[in-house]
Amino acid sequence: MLILARRIGESIMVGDQVEISVVDIKGDQVKLGIKAPSQVKVYRREVYAAIQQENLAAAAAAPETLPKLEELMGGEGRRPPAPPAPPAAAPPSPEASGSPPPAPKKP
Amino acid sequence: MKVRTKAYGEIEVEDKQLVRFPRGLFGFEELRDFVILDATQQPFYWLQSVDRVEVAFVLIDPMFFRPDYSAGVDPSELEEIGIETPDDMLVFAIVTIPPSAQRMTANLQGPLILNRRTHEGRQSISLDPRWGVRHVIVDEMAQNNPPPAGPSSASPGQPSAVREP
Repeated sequence: MLILARRIGESIMVGDQVEISVVDIKGDQVKLGIKAPSQVKVYRREVYAAIQQENLAAAAAAPETLPKLEELMGGEGRRPPAPPAPPAAAPPSPEASGSPPPAPKKP
Repeated sequence: MKVRTKAYGEIEVEDKQLVRFPRGLFGFEELRDFVILDATQQPFYWLQSVDRVEVAFVLIDPMFFRPDYSAGVDPSELEEIGIETPDDMLVFAIVTIPPSAQRMTANLQGPLILNRRTHEGRQSISLDPRWGVRHVIVDEMAQNNPPPAGPSSASPGQPSAVREP
């Protein structure tokens, strides 16, 4: 890791489009000013860490808790709980797509 | 193709259900290939890793409970997954289901952006201060759709007794 000493009012460049300057220093806190092109997202490290943590927590959710959600979301007259079904986009019957055409009618 | 899923066991999925995250998701950078499944309960979906059966996420369309949601995605992020028009883009939020499912939350700060044409996706980081990683879905639904019956809140701040001179 590159370590640079800077004073208030001084700055560093990251590439030729990102400038980070030291705006103020109070005790153990440093205020930084960041100039960057709009397509460069600048955020605190904690934001990234929070999203990473939340992904891990979400993935840990057990599938059997999902059926309960239906009640939570309300909606009277919902269908009774269906057996676990594969997605609508993928019909469960494997023969569905490759089945032969119906047998010709007998004369 | 056949995919082993956390929710439904081994099932057959169609190619159109495949999505690829070239950079993975935060915390799961090594997993690139997923399938999207309709959950047995609307309005949820499953995002299932093709490579690790135990990695599956519950997704929701954030507009379902936050009609005012906008992910604030950067043009360079759209470009990265080939999104050219708004029609190409699908946005999902990852749902976290705690032991008490009523308190399930949606992550609006780290939305998933999908290109429905190329089936590529990425997780974005929203810089909009309104969005956090844990929005309690039922609470926000209640705020956005207050129950129809109840005390009327007619013209607050306009006391009816005040008469103009």
